[in-house]
Amino acid sequence: MLDRIISEVPRFFTYYNMVFLLEAMGRTLLMTLVGVSLGFALGFLLDFARRTPGRAWLPLRLAATLYVETFRRIPFLVILFIVLFAIQGFRFSVSLFGVAMIGICVISSAFCAEIIRAGFDSIHQTQWDTAAVMNFGRLQTLRHVVLPQAWRVILPPAFAFMVMFIKDTALASQLGVVELTFAGKVLSTRGFSAILVFGTVLVLYFVLSYPLSRLGAWLERRLAPSRGR
Amino acid sequence: MPHLAVADLTATYPGTDKPVLRDVSLQVEKGEIVSLIGPSGSGKSTLLRVLVGLLPPNSGSVRIDGEAVDYTSRRSLKNARDRLAIVFQQYNLFQNMTAMGNVTIAPIRIKGWRRPEVEADAARLLAKVGLADKHASYPDQLSGGQQQRVAIARALALKPEILLLDEVTSALDPELVGEVLDTIRVLAADGMTMLIVSHEMGFVREVSSRVVMMDQGSIVETGPPAQVFDAPETLRAREFVSRILRH
Amino acid sequence: MTYTFQWGEALKHLPYLLEGAWLSLILAFLGFWGGALIGLFGAVGKVYGGRLIYRIVDLYVVFFTNTPALVQIFFLFYALPEVGILLPPFTAVLIGLILNSGAYLTEIQRAGFISVRQTEIEAAEVLGMSLAQIVRYVIVPHIAKTLFAPLSSFYIWLVLGTSMASIFGVEELTGRAINISTTNFRTIEIFSVTALIYIAITILASAVLALIGRYAFRVRAKIF
Repeated sequence: MLDRIISEVPRFFTYYNMVFLLEAMGRTLLMTLVGVSLGFALGFLLDFARRTPGRAWLPLRLAATLYVETFRRIPFLVILFIVLFAIQGFRFSVSLFGVAMIGICVISSAFCAEIIRAGFDSIHQTQWDTAAVMNFGRLQTLRHVVLPQAWRVILPPAFAFMVMFIKDTALASQLGVVELTFAGKVLSTRGFSAILVFGTVLVLYFVLSYPLSRLGAWLERRLAPSRGR
Repeated sequence: MPHLAVADLTATYPGTDKPVLRDVSLQVEKGEIVSLIGPSGSGKSTLLRVLVGLLPPNSGSVRIDGEAVDYTSRRSLKNARDRLAIVFQQYNLFQNMTAMGNVTIAPIRIKGWRRPEVEADAARLLAKVGLADKHASYPDQLSGGQQQRVAIARALALKPEILLLDEVTSALDPELVGEVLDTIRVLAADGMTMLIVSHEMGFVREVSSRVVMMDQGSIVETGPPAQVFDAPETLRAREFVSRILRH
Repeated sequence: MTYTFQWGEALKHLPYLLEGAWLSLILAFLGFWGGALIGLFGAVGKVYGGRLIYRIVDLYVVFFTNTPALVQIFFLFYALPEVGILLPPFTAVLIGLILNSGAYLTEIQRAGFISVRQTEIEAAEVLGMSLAQIVRYVIVPHIAKTLFAPLSSFYIWLVLGTSMASIFGVEELTGRAINISTTNFRTIEIFSVTALIYIAITILASAVLALIGRYAFRVRAKIF
C-alpha cells in the first residue's frame, strides 16, 4: 500500500500540479481576505445602524439586528446555495467566484458585526458623554476616542474569525470555485492517491491558517492586559 | 444679568416617571462660585448633566448670559457646550491619549484652533495644575488626583465661561484630595464662574460665594455659606447640616 | 429580472425537511458528546499530563483546528479506502465531526480546568469537605460557569456545521433540500425554507441550553 503511494510521489509533485495547487491556495486566501475586509466594512455599518439613536431609526436598528441574528444561524453552505439560486432565478450574470464572494460577505458581515459590537461595548458610555460635552460629533468621537481604544478588543477575535474563514471557504468548492479543496477534488479524480492529494491539501491549509492563529493568540496576550498606550 | 440662570427646571431619567429635578431655579452671577450640597440622590449631579445636555429637561429654562438654551436644537446645544465645561467625578480621560493629547484634542480637532498656540496654552494649563512634567503620561500611568487635574486642564483648554465641577474629589484617595482642591482655589482666584457639586464641606464653606442645598430634586435652602451651615432656615436643611457636621 | 415566488411548492416538502432537521440535530448531538469525551481526555492530558502527552494533544488540537473539517472528512471518506478502511458516509461524517469538535472542546475544557483556582480548593479542604464535595460544590460550578457560554455557542456552530454532511450524501436537512431541488425548480423557496428551519432549530437549541444553564448550573445565559 505504502509502496503505491511512494511510487506516485514523483508523478504527483510535478511543477504543473504544484502551480495548480498554489494558485488554488491563492484563491482561498483571496476569498478569505476580501471576505473578511468587506465583512468588516459592512459589519461596521451594521453596528453603526444598530447604534442609531431615537425612535425614527428604529426600523433600521431592527433590520440590522435581524440581519445579524439571522445570518449567524444559517449554515454557510445553505447561504451559498441561496445566493447561487437567487442569482440564477433573477438571471443575473455573475461568475461562480462572484457568487461565492457574495455568500462570504453576507455571512462574514454578520459575524464581524458581532465582533465589532463587543469591541465598542468595551468602551464605556462615559467616554462618549465626555466627548459629546466637548462638542465632538458622533463620527469624531468614533474616530478620535472610540476606535483607537476598541481596536485592541476587536483585533484578537478578528484573527480567530479569519482563521475560521480560511476553513469555511472550503465549502465554496461545492459551487465549483477552484479553490484549494476543489483543486484537491480535481487531482483526486485524475487518479492520484487520495491520501497524497488530501494530505497535501490539509498541509497547505495548515500553512495558511497556523501562522494567523499564532499571530491572533500572540495579539490577544499582547493587547489584553494593558489599557491605553 | 446673571451669568447662568436656571428657572423651574424639571427632569426625569428615561424609563422612569419620578422626576429627579423638580422646578429647580438658580442664578449664578459672573465670577461667582456656587456650591450645590445635599444628600446623595438629591439631584445635584443630575442638574449638571442637564446643563451640559446629557439629560434632556422636561420643562423649564436655562439661560447663559440671558440667551436661552434650546436642548432640542443641535446648534443651540453646541453653542451652550462651547460656553460651559464640566469635570466629572470619574475624570473620564480619553484612555488612548497622553495628558497633552487629552488637553489639546478638542481645541485642535473640534475648534480648529492652531496647534502651536493650543499646545503652548495646554503646557501653561498643565503647569497651572501642577503637572508640567507629565505631558507624555497616559491616564493609566497617573494617580487619580493627577488624572483629575488633567481633566480640569482639559476643560479649561476650551476656554469656557462657566466651569461645572461634579464631585471632582469623591473618587480620590483622601491624600490626593488636597492637590485637586488647591487647583480649584487657583481658578477661584482667577474669577472663573463656577458651579460646584461637592461633599467637601470645609472646602465648600471656604470658596463658595453662595451655597445651594438640594434634597429630593428640589432646592431647599440658598444663602451665603455661613448662613446655610450655621443658621439654616428650613427643617430639612437643619437635619442635613447636623448630619454632616456630626461626621 | 422577474421571478415569481411559489412558497406552497416548498411548504409541501416541510415534513420531509423537518425529518432531515432531526437528523441534523442528532448528528450535532453525537458530534458534541463524542467530541466532549475526547476533549475531556485532551484537557486532562494537557493540564495534568506530562510534557510528552501535552505535545501529542497539542499536535492533535493544532492540526484539527487549523484545517477545514470538510477536507478532513474528504480524507476519511476518499483516502482511507486506500488502506482498506471503507467508511459509510454517515460514519465518515460523524467521525470527522467528533475529531473536529474534540479538538475545539479540548481547548474549551482546558480553559475551564485552569479557571479553578488552587486557593479555592485549599479553602474547601480547610472547611473539611470531602473530595466528592469539593468536586460537587467547588469544581463543577466553577467549570460550568466558565464553560457554559463557549460550550453553547460551540454547539450552535456544530449544528450549522452538520450541513456539510450533505456533501457526502447524508440526508440531513441540507441534504434533503438538495434532494428536492434536483427534481423541483423552486430552489430559492426550498433553500429559504431550509434556512428558516436552521434558524428555528438553532434558536430552539439556544433556548434549551439557556434553560439547562439556568436551572442546572445557575448560569445566566443569553439566548440571543
